Amino acid sequence: MTKHILLIEDEPNIIEAITFILLRKGIKVDAHSNGASALETVKSTNPDAVILDVMLPNRSGFDILQDIREDTDFAEIPVMMLTARGQTKDRERAMELGATAYMTKPFSNSDVIEAITALLEGA
Amino acid sequence: MFSTDILIGVSLIYVAFLFAVAFLAERANQRGRAKWLRSPLTYTLSLSVYCTAWTFYGAVGFAARSGLEFLTIYLGPTGVLIGWWWVLRRLVRIGRAERITSIADLISSRFGKSTSLGWIVTVLAVIGTTPYIALQLQSVTLSLAVFGQGDGAVNVNADATALWVAAGLAVFTIVFGTRNLDVNERHSGVVMAIAVEAVVKLLALLAVGVFVVWGLAGGIGPTLNLIDTSPIADWSVPTGRWIGLTFLSAAAFLCLPRMYQVLVVENSDERHLATAGWAFPFYLLLMSLFVVPIAVVGLKMMPAGANPDLFVLTLPLSAGQNELAVFAFLGGFSSATSMVIVAAIALSTMVSNHIVTPIWLRAAGEGATVSGDIRSVVILSRRLSIAAILGLGYVYYRLSGGGAALAAIGLISFAGVAQVLPVMLGGIFWRGATRIGAAAGLIAGFLVWAYTMFLPSVGTGMFLSDSILNNGLFGLHWLKPRALFGISDLDPVLHAVFWSLLINTLVFVIGSLLTNPTPLERMQAFQFITAFDSGASPRSWRSGAAESEDLLLMAQRILGATEAQKLFRRFAQDQGIEGYLPSPTPAFLDDLERALAGSVGSATAHAMVGQMVAGSAVTVEDLMAVADETAQIMEYSHQLETKSAELTSTATQLRDANEKLMQLSVQKDAFLSQISHELRTPMTSIRSFSEILQDKGLKAADRVKYATIISDETQRLTRLLDDLLDLSVLENGQVTLNIETGTLGQVLDQALAATDIKGQVTVLRPKSRESLSITTDLDRLAQVVINLITNAAKYCDAVKPQLKILARETDTGIEVDFIDNGSGVPRGKRDLIFEKFARISDEAKAGSAGLGLAICREIMTNLGGSIEYLPGQKGAAFRLRLPHQPTV
Repeated sequence: MTKHILLIEDEPNIIEAITFILLRKGIKVDAHSNGASALETVKSTNPDAVILDVMLPNRSGFDILQDIREDTDFAEIPVMMLTARGQTKDRERAMELGATAYMTKPFSNSDVIEAITALLEGA
Repeated sequence: MFSTDILIGVSLIYVAFLFAVAFLAERANQRGRAKWLRSPLTYTLSLSVYCTAWTFYGAVGFAARSGLEFLTIYLGPTGVLIGWWWVLRRLVRIGRAERITSIADLISSRFGKSTSLGWIVTVLAVIGTTPYIALQLQSVTLSLAVFGQGDGAVNVNADATALWVAAGLAVFTIVFGTRNLDVNERHSGVVMAIAVEAVVKLLALLAVGVFVVWGLAGGIGPTLNLIDTSPIADWSVPTGRWIGLTFLSAAAFLCLPRMYQVLVVENSDERHLATAGWAFPFYLLLMSLFVVPIAVVGLKMMPAGANPDLFVLTLPLSAGQNELAVFAFLGGFSSATSMVIVAAIALSTMVSNHIVTPIWLRAAGEGATVSGDIRSVVILSRRLSIAAILGLGYVYYRLSGGGAALAAIGLISFAGVAQVLPVMLGGIFWRGATRIGAAAGLIAGFLVWAYTMFLPSVGTGMFLSDSILNNGLFGLHWLKPRALFGISDLDPVLHAVFWSLLINTLVFVIGSLLTNPTPLERMQAFQFITAFDSGASPRSWRSGAAESEDLLLMAQRILGATEAQKLFRRFAQDQGIEGYLPSPTPAFLDDLERALAGSVGSATAHAMVGQMVAGSAVTVEDLMAVADETAQIMEYSHQLETKSAELTSTATQLRDANEKLMQLSVQKDAFLSQISHELRTPMTSIRSFSEILQDKGLKAADRVKYATIISDETQRLTRLLDDLLDLSVLENGQVTLNIETGTLGQVLDQALAATDIKGQVTVLRPKSRESLSITTDLDRLAQVVINLITNAAKYCDAVKPQLKILARETDTGIEVDFIDNGSGVPRGKRDLIFEKFARISDEAKAGSAGLGLAICREIMTNLGGSIEYLPGQKGAAFRLRLPHQPTV
């Protein structure tokens, strides 16, 4: 069965890149580019894993992560933070809030594939 | 006879020796090995600065002219030391307790630290001492001339000699008097040198005396016979003149600046006064022992017309005793130099503390207390003062032509400084003396002295014309300088002393009675007058008719009911009485006063208890003490208030500064995160697509597409870096503006040409205002316009986006509005849009990092204008303001 992930990201070019590399590995990617209605999209698409940017318009990735974890249906869903914020305290905050993985931009395509594969296998 | 060169050589060696003595003493003092320096003997010898060249040479001349009258000059100080030792002791104790540095400081300090009084006394002292310094210069010059006469060769140039002596003394005084600043103004090195000079002058005079009596007159018997037959041995004593002169020299002994310096300032132990009390009169006795014999023998043996002031030198010389004559010369030299040095030190202290420093502090303003360089200013002002004082002495010497007899000049000085006496004594004994009274008295006495004594002494024609001298000021006979109020049969000296001191005292007393002292004056008066009361229990209570119940009522008011009753019960118990009402014994009253003093201060407590106890009325003094205490408390609490206000404001400032720092730090963090984000985002796309492009099996169309993305993102990155650099240059104000004059239309053309907005937005230009002239950096202004147009193109959400540009001229410059027909910026975000990275739209639009409006704002600020959001329009609206002329 085809796995599919939800990519919450506001940069069109990054969405295009990730969609392209994951699709080649047989993983379907839904994209959502606004912080405000992210949780609704998670609910409606019910993905196998989520890739989550932090600096999003209207609502930050940290808050969205919190929303996801507080929803009983998604408390266990693998979430990888993919963000330009590389400071230790950002990483710590993400882990505290329940992120499954943390990756900083810019990334190597193979790292993303590797991490997502691991997340999907673990799930 | 004797070469002057040798004499000068001897003098120089002697001065070098004094330098060595002063230097060694100072070093010993610094190392703390100076017990012998602070012995009563040194103190006594240092008092001998009283005996100047006037005493050394002049006493003989005085005796030759007026017989035994010269003794008055010695009787005055002797009388003070023996009869008025308690005045001296009080002066010394006050001086030490209050750290008084000079006689001017004493007077100023006593009258509420008055600057003007310090100034008056200083000026008076300088004017009063100047003739005296001139006298010393004259005596050294004269004595040198005595040796020169026999040379037959070049005549000694008296004026040049005096100048050299003055300069030499100035150097010595500067070197040892101002080497360092001592808080107590003590100069151990100088004092030691003075003590050595005291011994030299005494031995020299004794040696000459012994030679005259035994070598010339042939023993004691023949000398006595000579005296008996001499014309000066008319033992009759004119009582008035004697009393007057004795009083004058006593006054001078107390008031001369140099005497105050050695008596009080250099005093290291009050008990030394006891030794000096007998030792100094003894020293004076030895000094005066041979005065009459030398005078008598000189009158008999020297040719008629010889100057009796120089007998001490001329007698040994005429007998061929050159070595003795040189010794005598050194004695006279010592007398002159010690006086000049101490006087110059004392006066320079006064001048710098009371004249230069206050002026400098006022001129330097508040910064002076902070900068801490006042020390060097003080030392410099002392040095200059010393030079100036000796310069004045030299000038007076030249003006007076060296004509007047030594003794006469000395008396003028004495009478001048004696003007301080009434104020000084009043200050330390009379509580009612006030600052205004003191100043008035001093000035009045000083003027009378100057008019009757000082100005006539300089010679007629100089200050006072003959007509004033003979007919009085304004032709009023009762104002004749030497016969005030028509009293003409008085001796001139006595006349001047009498009138000046009388008027001085009267004005002082009346002035004091008519004016009220300030609180600070009251406090100082209290300190000075009760110098001996402190520590001792001053007043004890007699058991009076006070009722214990009344006392309890009063105590309750001050201590509170519980505390007072507890106290009374304890007293009662101590007296073996049941209950809480002890009998009002003196011991109980004392205890009660002490207990109350803890709450209301001792003076108030004393006054309160006094009021309750019959038989002890509250005196004016008690009330004054209360007032002093209150003033002190008020002063203290005022200081506390000021301090606490200062603390509060400092704390607030610190808190504000801290908050600002925190805000800045938070802002900096946010800014860095933003930059990091804005840089990493395009980099992410570039890296990711580069890796994708490396795949071999990529379709040609995708390859082109992704390469284009990489190229776009690279440009975006470059633009971002350009914007950041631009912003940082603008914010730091490092931007160089290229000011030109052009038209608005020109700027709009330039901006539109640089933007690529075809079809995105229609720009409506201000046709009637295109020719509006603008003087500014046109390229920068165009940059702002480009930003605004681009923003409209990006964010205007109307179906047919339009951007309307309106322009107008105002009083201060021009205004250009940019209004689009979109939905505008939400109210809450209008302040935010000019901040860095404040992109507020929902979707990221490539190429915008949110720096555009921040850069616009910085540019407008740099151009001296402004940019603001214009509310109340239909769409997003911005207004640019520019001055007619750029402010930079």
